[in-house]
Amino acid sequence: MQAHQRMLDPTPNGLHSGESPLLQTLGLTKRYGDFLANDSIDIDIWPNEIHALLGENGAGKSTLVKAIYGLIQPSAGEIRWQGQPIVLSGPSEARSRGIGMVFQHFSLFDNLTVAENVALGLDGKESFKDMSARLEQVSKTYGLPLDPKREVWQLSVGERQRIEIVRALMQDPKFLILDEPTAVLTPQEADQLFIVLERLKAEGRAILYISHKLEEVKRLCDTATILRGGKKVDTCNPRLETAASLARMMVGGEIKEVKAAAGRKTTVPRLVVNDLSLAPGEAHGVRLEHISFELKGGEILGIAGVAGNGQDELFAALSGERLSKDPGTVVIEGIAAGHLSITQRRKLGAAFVPEERLGHGTAPRMKLSENALLTGHAASGMVHHGFIDTAATLKTVDRATETFDVRKAKRDPEAASLSGGNLQKFIVGREILRNPAVLVVSQPTWGVDAGAAAVIRQALLDLATAGAAVLVTSQDLDELAEIADRIAVMFHGHLSAPLATADASREKLGLLMGGSSLDTKEAAHAVGA
Amino acid sequence: MELIEAIVLAVLAASTPLLLAATGELVTERSGVLNLGVEGMMIVGAACGFGGAWLTGSIFIGALFGIVAGTLMSLVFALMALGLAVNQVATGLALTILGVGLSGLIGAGFVGERITPAMHLYIPGLTDIPLIGRVLFGEDAFVYFSLALIVGVWLFLYRTRAGLILRACGDNHVSAHALGYPVLRIRTFAVMFGGACAGLAGAYLPLAYTPFFIPGMTAGRGWIALALVVFSSWRPGRLVIGAYLFGAVTILQLHAQGWGVGIPSQFMSALPYLATVIVLVLLSRARTGGSTAPAALGTVFVPDR
Repeated sequence: MQAHQRMLDPTPNGLHSGESPLLQTLGLTKRYGDFLANDSIDIDIWPNEIHALLGENGAGKSTLVKAIYGLIQPSAGEIRWQGQPIVLSGPSEARSRGIGMVFQHFSLFDNLTVAENVALGLDGKESFKDMSARLEQVSKTYGLPLDPKREVWQLSVGERQRIEIVRALMQDPKFLILDEPTAVLTPQEADQLFIVLERLKAEGRAILYISHKLEEVKRLCDTATILRGGKKVDTCNPRLETAASLARMMVGGEIKEVKAAAGRKTTVPRLVVNDLSLAPGEAHGVRLEHISFELKGGEILGIAGVAGNGQDELFAALSGERLSKDPGTVVIEGIAAGHLSITQRRKLGAAFVPEERLGHGTAPRMKLSENALLTGHAASGMVHHGFIDTAATLKTVDRATETFDVRKAKRDPEAASLSGGNLQKFIVGREILRNPAVLVVSQPTWGVDAGAAAVIRQALLDLATAGAAVLVTSQDLDELAEIADRIAVMFHGHLSAPLATADASREKLGLLMGGSSLDTKEAAHAVGA
Repeated sequence: MELIEAIVLAVLAASTPLLLAATGELVTERSGVLNLGVEGMMIVGAACGFGGAWLTGSIFIGALFGIVAGTLMSLVFALMALGLAVNQVATGLALTILGVGLSGLIGAGFVGERITPAMHLYIPGLTDIPLIGRVLFGEDAFVYFSLALIVGVWLFLYRTRAGLILRACGDNHVSAHALGYPVLRIRTFAVMFGGACAGLAGAYLPLAYTPFFIPGMTAGRGWIALALVVFSSWRPGRLVIGAYLFGAVTILQLHAQGWGVGIPSQFMSALPYLATVIVLVLLSRARTGGSTAPAALGTVFVPDR
C-alpha cells in the first residue's frame, strides 16, 4: 500500500511521464462585466491525487470549480478531460463524465428525505428502489451511515455532509471536488472524512480539495494550487511548505501576528449568566439548557461548537433579541438585564456583533453612517432632540475607517457595497469605538480574509487589555486558541464548563463538540427532541 | 331526502371550479412560484370558454378555449415573474386586474346569450339508484375530470421523478440549480399548468354551472382557490376535502338564507377565509419541524451563468 502510493504519488513538476492529466484547465478565464473572477488559470489534476485549491475569499476558487463542474461557462480557455477538450453544458454532463462535487453550502433539500435528495443528484436511470438499495450499500462500504427515510431538516450538519458525499460517490466519480468540507465538522468528524478521502485516492480517484485550514492541507494533500485575485500564484507540494509560507502565497505578503499584551489583568465580573434556559424561538431552533458562566473585565471567553448547537440562540438571549422571563439570568455590569431590550443593554455598556453581516449586523442598502447610527444612537450622542447629527455619524464612520483600515470606494457607501472583510472590520470597529464594557461577538472572522482577520483579532485583544469583557463565539478552534483565555463548548443547547486555553487540546474540545462528556442520557434526549 | 340530494349535487357543482383552480395553483406553488393571478386567469377562462362554446356550439371546444386562455394569461405571468424576475406578488395582483378588464372586453359581445350547458352522465340503472345514483353517476364531465386530475397530480408529485424534481425546485431553487436542474423552465411549466387549470375552472362556470356569461362571474372564487391551497397545507388529499368543504359553505349559505337563519350572508362568505386562517394557526402550532409551505415559495430566482 505504502509502496503503491509512493509510486503513484504525483509531483507537481511534470514528472508524470507520457500520460495526460485526468483534468486540465488551460487559460481558463471567467469575466463578470469588468471583473475577472478567473484570469487565465492553468491547473493539472492527476489520478491518485488529492489536490488542494487555496486562496482567500474572492480569489476565484468557487468560480473555478463551478466552471469545472459545468455550473458556469468560462469566458475563455479550455477544460480538458483525460486529454480531450470538453465543453460542459451543465452539471449533469459533468456528472456523466465522472466529475462529482460536494458543495460548501450544502445543495440539499430540507423537506425531502435522504433517499430523495440522493435521487435528485443522480440521473434517474435506475428505479427508486434499486437506488435506495445501492445507497445503503455505498454508505456501508465507506462507513458513512445514513437513514434513507429521514428528512434532511432533522439531521446534524455532519450527517448532511455525509449525504452529499454519498450522493457524489454513488455516481462512481473519477474526480471529486470538495468545497471546504471540514468547515462545519468537529475535529473527530474531520478525521473520519480524511480516512474516506485517503481511501478514494487509493482507489485511483482524484480529489480537488478547497480549504482554508492550512494544517489540514499539509496533512492530506499531495499538491496545492494557490489562487490570488483570480490568478494562479503557484503550484507546490504543501508537505514541503509551512503553514506560514502557504499563507504568504495566499495573501501575497506577511500577515501581522496577533499579540496579546503582557500583564493583562482580570477585574470584576462584567457579564454574568445564571442558569439561563430558553425555549427555541423558531421551528428548527435549539433550546438553551441551564447556561451559566461568569466573564470578568480583561478576559476573553471563547465559545466553540459545531454550528446549530444553540450559539445563535445564546447570542439572541445575550443581546436582548430574545428576552428572558427572569431578569437575573443575564447580568451586565452588575445589573440584572434579562428582561431589558437591546437598546437598554447597550446603555449599560454592552455591544453586540452578530454573525450575519448583511441583514443582521447592518442594513445592506443603508449607508455606513446610517448603520452606525442604528446601533450607536442609544449611547453615543448622535441624536439631538430627535434629529440626527449627520456630522457625528460621519465622524464615527471616519474613525472606524481610520482605526481599522476599512477600504471602501467613497466616504459613506452602502453597507452592501463593501467586501465581507471590510464590512466586518467596520462593524467590529463601530462597536469597539463605543468603548463597551462588554462585547459579545459571534463568528468575528467568518468568511473574512486573513489580513482583515488579524486586524479584528488584535482589536478584540486590545479591547480586553483595556478592561472590557469579551465573549467570542467561533467555529474556528485556531482562532479561539489564539485570542481566548478560556474556552467553553456548546452542544445541544448546553454549555460546558470553560477550560483554560492551555488545557483545551483539540481532542478535548472535539469530544465536547461531539457531546461526549455530557450526561449520556441527557444527550440522547436532546438528540431525540 | 330530495333536499339532501339536491344539496349534495349543488355542493359538488360549486366545489368543482374551486378544486380545478386550486389543483393548478397547488402545482404552481409546489414549484416555488406564488401566482396570485388565479382570479384573473379564471375570469378570462370563463369569457373565452363561453365564447368558444357559443361560437362552435361545443362545450368541449369551449373548455379548450378556456384552457388555452388561462395558459396564455399564465405565460404573461411567467414572462414577468420568471423571465424578468419581477416581484411575484405584484405580478400576480396585476394579472388579476388585467384579467378582470380583459374578460369584460372579450365577453362584451356574449352578455345575454345562452348556451346548452354541459350534459350530465346518465347510466340507466346506476344513475337511477335513489339518493346516491345521481351524485355518483349523474355528474357532468368536469366533476369527474377534476377528481381524476387531482389523483393524477398526487401520483405525479409523489410517485414520479419529474414530480420529485418539481418539489425540489420549490424547496430550494439554489440547490436544484446547483444539481443542474433548469429551475426556471420547470417553474414555467408549473405556472402554465396552473393557468390551464384556472382557465378550465373559469370556463366551468358558464359551460356547466350557469349557461350564460356575465362579467365578474367568478366572484372571488380564484381567491378562495388560493386560500384553499394554503388550507390544504400544499397536500393534494387535503385539497379535495377543503374544496368540498368550501363548496359546502357557499351552498349552505344560500340555504341558510332560504331557511331564514339569522346569520349575515357576508359572514358566511367570509367563512372560507376564516377557516384558512384557523388552519394556518393550527398548523403552525402543531408543527414539529420542517416547513409545510414550499420553502422557496414566492422568492425570485436568477441563475448565475
